[in-house]
Amino acid sequence: QHGRVKLKSTAQQEEEKRKEREKKLKIYVTARDAVFAKRKNGMLDDEALLLTQQLLSSNPDVATLWNYRREILLHLETIREEVDVQKMYEDELSFLESCLKVNPKSYGSWHHRGWVSARLPRPDWTRELGLCDRCLSLDDRNFHCWDYRRMVVKMSGVPVDQELQFTDRLIGSNFSNYSSWHYRSTLLPLLHPESPDHSHRVCEEQLLKEYELVQNAFFTDPNDQSAWFYYRWLLGRGMYCYVVPPLPCLTVMCPYFPGRSVSWCRDSATDQELFRSELSVEKTSVLQSELQSCNQLLELEPQNKWCLLTIILLMRALDPLGYERETLSHFQTLKEVDPMRGAYYGDLCSKFMIENTILKMEYAEVRVFSLSDKNLTTLCHLDQLLLVTHINLSSNQLLRLPPQFAMLQCLEVLEADNNAIENLEGLYHLPKLEDVSLKNNKLSRLSDLQPLASCPKLTRLDLRRNPVTQLVNIESELAELLPSVTDLLL
Amino acid sequence: MAADNLPSVFDVIILGTGLSESVIAAACSRVGQRVLHVDRRSYYAGNWASFTFNGLLSWIEEYKQAGPSDEAAQEKVEEGEEALALSSLDTSITNVEVFCYASEEPEEVEEGVKDGAAAAWSVPQTPDSEGEVERCLLESSSVEEEEAVLAGDEVAQASGPDAGAEETQPEGEVPPQAYETQGEWQDEQQASPSPAESQPEPKKQITYTKIVKEGRRFNIDLVSKLMYSRGSLVDLLIKSNVSRYAEFKNVTRILTYRNGKVEQVPCSRADVFGSKQLTVVEKRMLMKFLTFCLDFEQHPEEYQDFSVHSFWDFLLTKKLTENLRHFILHSIAMVTPDVCTVEGLRATQHFLRCLGRYGNTPFLFPLYGLGEIPQCFCRMCAVFGGIYCLRQSVRCLVLDKESGKCKAVIDSNGQRISCSHFVVEDGYIGLDQRKNVDSRQISRAVLITDRSILPSDSEQQISLVTVPPVEPGSPVVRMVELCSSTMTCMPGTYLVHLTCSSSGSAREDLAPVVSRLFCIPVSPGEESKEGEEGSEVPSVLWALYFNMRDTSAVDRSSYDLPSNVHVCTSPDAALGSDHAIKLAEAVFRQLLPEEEFCPPAPNPEDIIYDGEGPQGEGPGFEEADPAEALPSQGEVESAERQEEAEDAGETGDVAKQETVAVAENEPRPASEE
Repeated sequence: QHGRVKLKSTAQQEEEKRKEREKKLKIYVTARDAVFAKRKNGMLDDEALLLTQQLLSSNPDVATLWNYRREILLHLETIREEVDVQKMYEDELSFLESCLKVNPKSYGSWHHRGWVSARLPRPDWTRELGLCDRCLSLDDRNFHCWDYRRMVVKMSGVPVDQELQFTDRLIGSNFSNYSSWHYRSTLLPLLHPESPDHSHRVCEEQLLKEYELVQNAFFTDPNDQSAWFYYRWLLGRGMYCYVVPPLPCLTVMCPYFPGRSVSWCRDSATDQELFRSELSVEKTSVLQSELQSCNQLLELEPQNKWCLLTIILLMRALDPLGYERETLSHFQTLKEVDPMRGAYYGDLCSKFMIENTILKMEYAEVRVFSLSDKNLTTLCHLDQLLLVTHINLSSNQLLRLPPQFAMLQCLEVLEADNNAIENLEGLYHLPKLEDVSLKNNKLSRLSDLQPLASCPKLTRLDLRRNPVTQLVNIESELAELLPSVTDLLL
Repeated sequence: MAADNLPSVFDVIILGTGLSESVIAAACSRVGQRVLHVDRRSYYAGNWASFTFNGLLSWIEEYKQAGPSDEAAQEKVEEGEEALALSSLDTSITNVEVFCYASEEPEEVEEGVKDGAAAAWSVPQTPDSEGEVERCLLESSSVEEEEAVLAGDEVAQASGPDAGAEETQPEGEVPPQAYETQGEWQDEQQASPSPAESQPEPKKQITYTKIVKEGRRFNIDLVSKLMYSRGSLVDLLIKSNVSRYAEFKNVTRILTYRNGKVEQVPCSRADVFGSKQLTVVEKRMLMKFLTFCLDFEQHPEEYQDFSVHSFWDFLLTKKLTENLRHFILHSIAMVTPDVCTVEGLRATQHFLRCLGRYGNTPFLFPLYGLGEIPQCFCRMCAVFGGIYCLRQSVRCLVLDKESGKCKAVIDSNGQRISCSHFVVEDGYIGLDQRKNVDSRQISRAVLITDRSILPSDSEQQISLVTVPPVEPGSPVVRMVELCSSTMTCMPGTYLVHLTCSSSGSAREDLAPVVSRLFCIPVSPGEESKEGEEGSEVPSVLWALYFNMRDTSAVDRSSYDLPSNVHVCTSPDAALGSDHAIKLAEAVFRQLLPEEEFCPPAPNPEDIIYDGEGPQGEGPGFEEADPAEALPSQGEVESAERQEEAEDAGETGDVAKQETVAVAENEPRPASEE
């Protein structure tokens, strides 16, 4: 047809491309063999430098070639004037820049650049910072570049406040960036070192600014977790909660010598100090206002899991008992909106419920402890319950009694009815245990009951409504396994 | 090329070089049609054109003068044929009014000259007195020439058939040295740490003389449009590879006029995050609403009840504060309050989908002005063999009496050229054929100002400003402020385009907005006065008002024309160019239903050259325009400008900001974390 431009057919084009590729490959392989031969012969000359450069510029991810290059450079360094060494390494840097253009995430290139920069007689750190900025503006999550930049900052001693401004800029252009937020969290403590006498004036001012920044982020996009993580870190700086101080009296534990009388005592640490540190008035008011903002966000986004979880943690820090009911209902919502992490929330909730029960525990009640009907999925803080003689775990969702349960050396009576227990690992070497009730659980094999044999005083065992009771000869087998049990309910 | 050299047969003849016509020309030529593309004007792009300042002055004179009336000459046609005359008069531009507020005092110029001279002569060793004298002479001679241009009648003369050639003449005569100096002076001004901000007083005043002298740095669009980054124009530029002929910049800010103040509209996620004017709750509400709009079709329950209500009513139910509603309605959806809910949602969605493709706003702007775009398509057409004639028109169509179809045209030189299809811009159609055409008007204003409407860290901002009705009943005005790095105005100035659908003359519609947002000096050259709140508002140095006919809504059937004559309507008032592109595609489909519309141009290395034609020996694809193609004025001009830009670029004038390459962008590879 008149005027129509004639084009090569696709087959023609592909044939040409294939030939081109073959030619390239041949050149590449020849050069590679030449380089390896030279290295074998220990030749550290300019020609080798040139050959490796050709190879690396088409494929910068061959570590062997970089290593060879470094050997050559180290050798040349010894035989050249300083001026020439400077020139040599500067050439190396501009070569590396071209490699980074080919692949901005090449491990080999970035590592080599770090090495070269460190060896350069007169390094130009401003230039290197500029390079990092360019790379990060193309991809603000290039962690190779972040790594290299950290090195540059360290070597050139960029002031901390300038670096904080740098993160300001990156966060401003895109706040979904862990690297920037995390970098902030390492810079702030340097900028505002906390004085030992707990006068956090400067720090609190800065904290308020940070709260504002991060709130802007999570109100803008509440589903972006990078900001929430940073917020958690910030709050952590304000409250230091969940630190259980070690109890000084409990040093001797000898569960493996049954029959030996051991006396246990408990330090009279005030319960208030157990699960959170005392908050200063200022901190309480700061946390209180943070809780308010989060509640405000929750009103707008009732389904947001990050917000719910943060509220729960704030409430824990402020008044765990006072907010118990709200905490529970938030956990309920959390499990509904984020079923994938239901078990995690269950465990976290169990932990909080146990903490609350311990906090509520009167000193007189210290020997009788009830955790029944609290939807527990896991047991923790058992170390706080060493003196307990009677424990009630009925009507929860426990799957097992964990090994740590063996810490309850004073335990005499255990009630754990209506759970889903299938494993009794923790009922092991409990010297005083007499009475165990495990009605309506999921114990199904005789071997599951094996740990009980190590409890010498066990006389009463209630196993009604467990699958194990359906086994043939169960009665005689049990009599053999647990001879001390006189009162067996099946 | 003399007209008698034109072949006498073409497949498609296209009259008018506006965007739609140029796209059709490129599309037809690309698939092998023989295309003749003519325009009676001396420049490309018709009402889509961009002009240098001096070029615009010529254009103004042209439209201020009443042209010769349509003469109904009897054309020679053969038996069984009849002639249908086209109009030789363009009536699409009306109410042209020009106001100059910049001073013309010559001493101002001299001050600039001295500075320029100092800068220029500090480069060689020491300025000898002889050189100094010589320079002054050069300057004064060039000033004289500009004054000549200022005198109206000279310009009118220049608007004759050779206007295009004459246009660049005065500057061409100035020795290149003088230009060099000028450039350096500009650089110096740019490089010095923003005298405008620190001390407003010593800021160099820009005189009219200087504007004229720097006239070639201006590229003033007749229609002011931006390119939606996912609009049909950008898609077409990418698809057809025409994007390689142009460069683009991101629009950097979306602004709005609210409560007597210009403020930034937070529209992207980063904007919302960084906004100081919104409370955190507002941020959430805005983000929530925008996120909903992004895929509103998935949530019909949210808006179904409002399908018969207006978008504004819908916004009222969304717990949005008053300023959020303003932002969404005027600056994001850019609709009037009474449009229906779904239309408003769709407009919002379009805006949001365009965000982030090339930058933090949804818009691109072509360097050197919008007039570049039709020229890019013309270039594509020429590369594939299309023939171009400017300053040439079609006097009449030759109709076959039997079929009623157009079988040939008679051009302005009297040559008869046959064709199977004829495409014509609306402005060429005579009164008789457009009796039933009911057109609207667009009001336009072009301002040259001395500073940005909202100063910021960077002087190089490209801003879209939405201005809601300043008084009840007045129109919604759209304003685009261009900085010098867009290559549309001289450094130190801003080019401001105002556009609205007309209710009166352009000046009646737009002057109230101009007077609210800008300072209009009472006497020429008066120092810009302090604004009432102490903040300085930009002063208008020069202003142009005009109305342009808008036939975009006219249906083809309203024209009384043969079926193989296709009409391209004039530019519409909308912000994007979607209408023109859709129209071009529709016409192309009628012309060649079987062919693909603008398939990608092949890579130069994939083209097989016959070795027979002269183009086979050509140095390369880009340069090797087919031999028949005219070396068009426009291309020569733009090449010159390109060089100029490169010169400027070397001295650091342009391009601190990066330009955007329009291409299919891939999402960045996610790394880390």
